[in-house]
Amino acid sequence: MRIFALKMLFGDSAKFYGILLGLGFATLLISQQSSIFVGLMSRTFGFITDTPQAEIWIADPDQRYLDDNKALRTTAVQRIRGIEGLEWAVPLYKGLIMVQLPDGQRQMSQVIGIDDSSLIAGPSRMLEGTLDDLRRSDAIIVDERACRREFMLKRPPEGGPPRKLRVGDVVELNELRAEVVGICKATQTFQSQPVIYTTYNRAIQFAPPNRRMTSMILAKAAPGEDVDALCARISERTGLSAFPTDAYREKTLQYWIRETGIPINFGTSIILGFVVGVAVAGQMFYNFTLDNLKYFGAMKAMGATTPRLLGMVSMQAATVAVLGFGLGIGITSAFGLTVPGDRLAFRMTWHIPLVAAGAVTLICVASAALGMYRVFRLDPADVFKG
Amino acid sequence: MSAVATDLAIRARAVAKAFGKGDSRVVALHSADFDVPCGEMAMLVGPSGCGKTTLISIIAGLLARDHGELSVLGTDPSALSGDKRTSWRLKTVGFVFQQFNLIPQLSVVENVAVPLVLGGTRMSEAIERSSEMMARVGLKGRERGSPIKLSGGQQQRVAIARALVNSPKILVCDEPTSALDGATGQSVMELIAETCRGPDRAVVIVTHDERIFRFADRIAHMDDGRVDRLTDRDGNPLDGAAPQGGAPMEQHA
Ligand SMILES: Nc1ncnc2c1ncn2[C@@H]1O[C@H](COP(=O)(O)OP(=O)(O)OP(=O)(O)O)[C@@H](O)[C@H]1O
Ligand SMILES: [Mg+2]
Repeated sequence: MRIFALKMLFGDSAKFYGILLGLGFATLLISQQSSIFVGLMSRTFGFITDTPQAEIWIADPDQRYLDDNKALRTTAVQRIRGIEGLEWAVPLYKGLIMVQLPDGQRQMSQVIGIDDSSLIAGPSRMLEGTLDDLRRSDAIIVDERACRREFMLKRPPEGGPPRKLRVGDVVELNELRAEVVGICKATQTFQSQPVIYTTYNRAIQFAPPNRRMTSMILAKAAPGEDVDALCARISERTGLSAFPTDAYREKTLQYWIRETGIPINFGTSIILGFVVGVAVAGQMFYNFTLDNLKYFGAMKAMGATTPRLLGMVSMQAATVAVLGFGLGIGITSAFGLTVPGDRLAFRMTWHIPLVAAGAVTLICVASAALGMYRVFRLDPADVFKG
Repeated sequence: MSAVATDLAIRARAVAKAFGKGDSRVVALHSADFDVPCGEMAMLVGPSGCGKTTLISIIAGLLARDHGELSVLGTDPSALSGDKRTSWRLKTVGFVFQQFNLIPQLSVVENVAVPLVLGGTRMSEAIERSSEMMARVGLKGRERGSPIKLSGGQQQRVAIARALVNSPKILVCDEPTSALDGATGQSVMELIAETCRGPDRAVVIVTHDERIFRFADRIAHMDDGRVDRLTDRDGNPLDGAAPQGGAPMEQHA
């Protein structure tokens, strides 16, 4: 009878496609919005993920999240280095500095100054040049994304059509000369400004005099040291906050989740997707079962037991659930693969299809259960009525 | 179960059935006595609302009686519960509904195959046997396509083919020829008569169609929830089967 159950389902094409679209749309909305949400949220701590060498993140105790710049004295790193149990500790500079391009355009940019000797916390991927090129004088590395957008030279000094900023170009940071020695793919963050990497000491020189400060200190525990205990020791000795990587990532994420309206926005869309699924697909599936009630009644009269009929309804529900979910997840994945990553944060973790599948299952189980109740209560004698 | 079952396929005694409660209570069967010997075709006639459908529904195990005794091939379907009764129907009874209830999403031949598939026959074999049965009710060539494209009479023949396809021991039909013209009605009745003649078989047909009375071995005349007369196909009273023990037999026109 399973094949008949499927034929009954596919045969009612208006309802079948309606249910499929409803479930597909619900899956799409839930999974796509969740993926964008997760994508955006992981951007908030992208820099942390891309700096795996650091085990401990030290900042001003008032800092609320990664990009919250609460500067430290430049001497802070020395005090940190004095604490036993550390393998190394390096300063990090992050700040907005005015950049003047060769064609005279000015652009506020996010400058990241990394430790001069170790070059820890540099860009995770170089497209042109090497990280070591930063050791050359006046060297900076610019983000490829910025080259395509903010750092597009409208009137290149050598003439000709507009072109991207490239290796060898000379720019000015706060009136100081800097030369592009490399192009990198910088971690996508929540900040929209173009990203420039240079060394810590050079960044301090580029920065306006009143902002020549350390943004953060990254550190690594000596082998065998307990990271949590070390963090506690650092806080106690210096009055600064010190977090292990995981906790720091969590702190940053929690800030964005708690303190911004972003989760509410996405949550609304996701709930909407679920409601649409219930209202359209669930309702339609229930109606489909009701439409078929008299045929189920006839089958019951002809000898189909209740478990058998319920099996048919489950089969139909499971089929629309799988197909509808597949459709929605398929479109979502296609969307995720097509839309360029720098346009839209999109990150489908394995939890997301699971959540969407759960929602679809809930819709189908609920509407099938309602339909099954009616099938269960069916009186086969009714089919004899004229 | 009882010795009677060897010669009586259906034996009903003082079967009563009421619907509803309180003010809306309707007594559909007061005390119906009804026997069908093995191998016979019985017809049930009577005015609208006299309880014909109710009686065959109880015989077929679709409804449970409230009172009385019932044996259908040795089993009292009313005494079986839920799915047991459903399984008993599957093994024992074929139906032609007043409502055909053909499934529009299935092809005509698949509709006919439903009882076979329910009984566990392989799909390919079920379709083959169903096609043969369709040919026998004069619907060869109409296997594919939805039953809603068929005329009322054709749909009725599909319903009959479906009822006969697994050669049920007991066949109950509610107005099986209502939508058929005379000639088609006759040929369908011949098929029904032929398929269901046999030692442990019987047919019960509710009908108003006098043209098919000639197929009946006995005709039970019902009124107000009782079988009050039993005649042969020509309307002559049948002896020895007076249900109400000595109730006077009127001559039937
Ligand atoms: N499910 C039900 N609920 C309430 N009353 C019912 C039900 N089924 C039948 N009845 C009543 O029982 C009586 C007998 O009904 P039944 O259907 O057996 O008559 P019938 O002889 O088949 O009539 P017809 O020739 O019109 O089909 C009628 O008064 C009917 O209204
Ligand atoms: Mg009736």
